[in-house]
Amino acid sequence: MKMVVAIVRPEALNDVLEALFKAEVRGLSISRVQGHGGETERVETYRGTTVKMELSEKVRLEIAVSDHFVDPTVKAIIKAARTGDVGDGKIFVMPVDKVYRIRTGEEDTAAVTPVS
Amino acid sequence: MKNLRTYAFWGTALGSLAFAADAPKIDSGDTAWMLASTALVLLMTPAVGFFYGGMVRSKNALNTIMMSVAALGFVGITWAIVGYSLAFSDGSGILGSLSWAFLRNVGLTPAVIAGTTYTIPHVVYMAFQATFCIITAALISGAIVERMRFVPYLIFITLWSILIYAPIAHMVWGGGFLGKLGAFDFAGGTVVHINAGIAGLVAALVLGQRKDFGRQAVLPHNVTYIVLGASLLWFGWFGFNGGSAVASNGLAGLAFTNTFLAPAATLVVWTILDILRTGKSTAVGAATAIVVGLVAITPASGFVSPMNAIVLGAIATFPSYFVILWRAKTNLDDSLDVFGGHAIGGITGALLTGILAQKVFNGVGDGLLYGNVNQFFIQALAVGVSTAYSAIGTFVLLKIIGAFTPLKAPVKEEGLGMDVTQHGEEAYTNGEGAILVNADIATPNIKTRAVGGTD
Repeated sequence: MKMVVAIVRPEALNDVLEALFKAEVRGLSISRVQGHGGETERVETYRGTTVKMELSEKVRLEIAVSDHFVDPTVKAIIKAARTGDVGDGKIFVMPVDKVYRIRTGEEDTAAVTPVS
Repeated sequence: MKNLRTYAFWGTALGSLAFAADAPKIDSGDTAWMLASTALVLLMTPAVGFFYGGMVRSKNALNTIMMSVAALGFVGITWAIVGYSLAFSDGSGILGSLSWAFLRNVGLTPAVIAGTTYTIPHVVYMAFQATFCIITAALISGAIVERMRFVPYLIFITLWSILIYAPIAHMVWGGGFLGKLGAFDFAGGTVVHINAGIAGLVAALVLGQRKDFGRQAVLPHNVTYIVLGASLLWFGWFGFNGGSAVASNGLAGLAFTNTFLAPAATLVVWTILDILRTGKSTAVGAATAIVVGLVAITPASGFVSPMNAIVLGAIATFPSYFVILWRAKTNLDDSLDVFGGHAIGGITGALLTGILAQKVFNGVGDGLLYGNVNQFFIQALAVGVSTAYSAIGTFVLLKIIGAFTPLKAPVKEEGLGMDVTQHGEEAYTNGEGAILVNADIATPNIKTRAVGGTD
């Protein structure tokens, strides 16, 4: 099993979710995060106060998948979230030691396989 | 009337002074009410900003509110310089003259508009009418939010207030041919709502859809703002309709009362329709109902009885309710339903005025239901003329502006949000990651460009 963590643009989220559902990847968590990935800072002005906004709004997706699902998941995210500009985000794939499904007590691959 | 014209003939050199000699004196009660009404109507424009601002996504909230706020300045000044003169001074059947441009001859003497002398100072009449022009321009913005670039928008509403609003206001109120034919429009069913609603429809068609339209649900980011905006609109609308009597009298009282009753009826019927259709009544629906009811009663407010205002408000629910439901299924991105709310509500109200008007109440004439069939057809003509003029004028104006500068923001900027790309501000920011820029030291290093640029 792997944990796929993806950080994408908020405006790309809908496309990413759509692509993931099409790739039959179910079961994910998202959170709103702020981050900096080398994109041009935007400058904002509030009366006399001018600031460089170093952090941009991003969305972080966490998806636990069985091994053979890693590739389709990553491909779906890359395809949907890419604009070609700095700031499109990152995908991290990490090993997972154990997974438990709380409701049933199922473990590992069984726990990340969606109930149909 | 004849008497007045003679004065006008002899008194051209003296301007409005000639009228003043013939006019009744300024009435303190009338003037007080019109001063209050003017402030009430002015408040409606930021109220529209909140009404619309709540309906868009949070990344576009400021831009949407700014579209209304900017109209206060740009359209307001344009009105004083030239718009008011073109709309309300004596001229042809279609357009006024420039005799009141730069507020020349607009003084403290009683206002004389299209042969009628009012008991309020001319400057107050000008200011009152300015607030109407401002809100009409601001209403259009609901059709093109979340994608129109701000500078072309400013150019658009400024020129629109001169080229489209002023002629229609003149035709109906300023001594033009629709007013002379006897079209009933107490406070702006044709001039304000049909005009803005049709202009919105055309603008939405010219600009095209938002990038996410039809692909993902675009939900209101703050429904409480929508309700706040609708509530402030209702409050301001008492000045809009009540003030259109241009006096503090029984007619103003009638319009005021109808402004209370009609939207209340719309609210009830809309809520029932909501419950019958989905089992739940919605807050967005309630706010929309209030606005639709206000729009519909606007042309009728000083012409129908209070009981008929309830009937009118109830009937007016249906066309707007179902047009708004239908619109969401089409590929027309009239984002905040300016057409369904204002054009459809305005047409319904204007036609029902021709049916429900009663001379006992308005002292002017009856409608179809009370034996004057002709009035209905005059109303229909006024609807047709204002629709056609607004549609053609708005289309040509947007095409001309669009030939000089793109009307629509690039897809990338739309994705990032109009607040950051158009205004360099955010509606909701906590300052995390914001680094103070000291202008003296850091200027050479700052790229004053928004994210999503070309690098």
